[in-house]
Amino acid sequence: MNNYLKRIARYTVATTLAGLLAAPVFAAGGGAELEKADIDPGQIPSLQRGASNFMNYCSGCHSAQYVRFNTIGKHLELSEEQLVDNLMFNAEKTFETIRSAMPAADAERWYGTAPPDLSLMARARGADYIYTFLKSFYVQEESPTGVDNIVMPATSMPHVLWELQGYQRAVFSEHEETDSEGNVSTTVHFEHFEQVSPGTLDAEDYDIFVRDTVNFLAYIAEPIRGERRKIGTWVIMYLIVFFIIALMLKKQIWKDVH
Amino acid sequence: MNNLLIGLRDWVDARLPIMRAWDTHMGKYYAPKNFNFWYFFGVLSLLVLVNQLLTGIWLTMSYNPSQEGAFASVEYIMRDVDYGWILRYMHSTGASAFFLVVYLHMFRALLYGSYKKPRELIWIFGMLIFVILMAEAFVGYVLPWGQMSYWGAQVIISLFGALPVVGDPLVEWIRGDYSISDITLNRFFALHVIAVPLALVMLVVMHILALHETGSNNPDGIEIKEHKGPDGVPLDGVAFHPYHTSKDLVAIIVFLMVFSFVLFFAPEMGGYFLEYANFEPANIKATPEHIAPVWYFTPFYAILRAVPDKLWGFILFGLSVVLPVFLPWLDRARVKSIRYRGWIYKSALTLFVISFISLGWLGVQPAEGIYVLAARIFAVIYFAFFLLMPYYTTIDKTKPVPDRVV
Ligand code: HEC
Ligand code: HEM
Repeated sequence: MNNYLKRIARYTVATTLAGLLAAPVFAAGGGAELEKADIDPGQIPSLQRGASNFMNYCSGCHSAQYVRFNTIGKHLELSEEQLVDNLMFNAEKTFETIRSAMPAADAERWYGTAPPDLSLMARARGADYIYTFLKSFYVQEESPTGVDNIVMPATSMPHVLWELQGYQRAVFSEHEETDSEGNVSTTVHFEHFEQVSPGTLDAEDYDIFVRDTVNFLAYIAEPIRGERRKIGTWVIMYLIVFFIIALMLKKQIWKDVH
Repeated sequence: MNNLLIGLRDWVDARLPIMRAWDTHMGKYYAPKNFNFWYFFGVLSLLVLVNQLLTGIWLTMSYNPSQEGAFASVEYIMRDVDYGWILRYMHSTGASAFFLVVYLHMFRALLYGSYKKPRELIWIFGMLIFVILMAEAFVGYVLPWGQMSYWGAQVIISLFGALPVVGDPLVEWIRGDYSISDITLNRFFALHVIAVPLALVMLVVMHILALHETGSNNPDGIEIKEHKGPDGVPLDGVAFHPYHTSKDLVAIIVFLMVFSFVLFFAPEMGGYFLEYANFEPANIKATPEHIAPVWYFTPFYAILRAVPDKLWGFILFGLSVVLPVFLPWLDRARVKSIRYRGWIYKSALTLFVISFISLGWLGVQPAEGIYVLAARIFAVIYFAFFLLMPYYTTIDKTKPVPDRVV
């Protein structure tokens, strides 16, 4: 009997683990392999740099309409003056949210697709996706923006960081495959990038720039992340104490039951 | 002060039998002393139900049921309402926890034959609760108006379109529109915050009243009321309060630890409790690449997809949900508990558990190739467990059941 339950329990645990390992994937396009963003949400300086990167390089097109400046100030340890001087380019009051400089209708007309709001992008697609996305623009003459992207083919976002990264070329390899019916098809496989023209940052500094930006995007996707972990620790510690007391109470009450 | 309270109590009791109610359901309600792990999930279901009701009320205070405002109002709760994020995560984690504890609660009945005579009605109320709970979770998932809310609802509601003749009008009647829209969202809000919870609470009350009439079963499957002491108290029973209340409290705390761990450290639970695609607002123009329901629907969803024909898929999907209602009459065994059943039922139940979990896993995989084949095999086992039960429980060799709890 007990063995039976144990067997069921073991199977349950095994399948659950297998299920979790095959966790649902982020809805990333292209099917390209993603690079690890390796962000650290506890690093305030990185988040501060990321905020500044975002306001300078992204907020021209993208909004973060759920994110308020005063929340950023509180969590990133920035004074109101610092907020106003360094981040609030087109906002008056610190309780305002991050609006893009460009009206959505114009944006849609110019780019074909309106630049999406980035408040929750890191939660929807994952930090690794954005990190790889920002590093995967390559020269593509036929495209209206002059570039394409490995992880999001045919994207209408231009390579806005070209000054920093420079331009790169993508090297593809072609594989011929013959299926069971003898039809030959070629699949194109991305190999690596080659630098075409240098940017103001070297590869390592560009990675840091992108990582900081993605760190900030992950932060704004869930600003209370730090707080929830802090409160959670207290809650669990409280429950452990409560558990010991409740267990003693139960033992006391049940001591005459056989 | 004490005298005042006692006075108040007696004053009320003379007008409303609160003392009698307390005795009937707590102080002099005797439940088997040999309850084990599996008997905690009823109380835990109750706890999660209360959690959903309370957090739901507070969420409603800031939620905006409209196509324009729904998604933004959820983010408003997450960011601008003081501790709104705790409420929201309690509610979203609670939804998954609800199904987890209810599935384990139902599995207990399969282990110990709790649905068998005289507890058929408890079981029927339970099954009604289960079906209604699925409806509640389904309409609730539409409310945040994310990509999965929208497209999940689109897929599930259009299933009704497979029915002949009534199909299309029915789909339109459910949506209240030609596609999922503001109208659909508003009616789902009404269903989610009042109609369904009200039905749920009433059914839970009936469930527990029926339970307290027959008394609980137990891991030995023995009727404790058949052996009473001279004082009329079952020899193998202990008063619900303080014995079971103190024991349940320990279980509640352990449950809260697990619950809090998820809530505070992994509220998305790797995309299972909150799907990643639902962090994107509903976009009528862009279908997500991969539409998967939340984990608790996936076993049934896998059965639906395993059938090549739309109508039959829908019928078998519906059957797979309601078939367990008939367990009290499908199970012909003379004993209740698995402890005294033979190898046939033990094997059947093991296969059933394996199939159910595997179907759940297959429900989140793409419906292609080997996955479809596997889903078909497990679906057959799932149905065979119920439909062949009258046969295999009759021929199964059972062991003698002791008189008293061991
Ligand atoms: C010149 C305007 C512009 C700027 C500046 C800009 N973007 Fe974009 N971005 C777009 C457009 C347009 C799209 C929509 C692309 C599409 O859907 O094809 C987009 C899409 C995206 C996406 C979504 C990709 C996807 O898979 O849907 C992300 C992530 C993103 N941008 C990040 C950034 C970041 C980070 C910055 C700042 C470093 C930035 N963008 C700066 C125009 C811009
Ligand atoms: C909101 C959901 C539910 C609540 C709050 C609830 C509550 C309870 C409680 C408090 C008990 C007594 C404690 C215990 O035996 O665990 C119980 C017993 C029982 N419940 Fe539920 N229940 C729910 C759903 C269900 C469902 C979905 C089913 C089955 C379809 C079910 C079937 C049973 C049975 C058969 C018993 C008697 C078990 C026995 O005596 O061995 N319940 N329920």
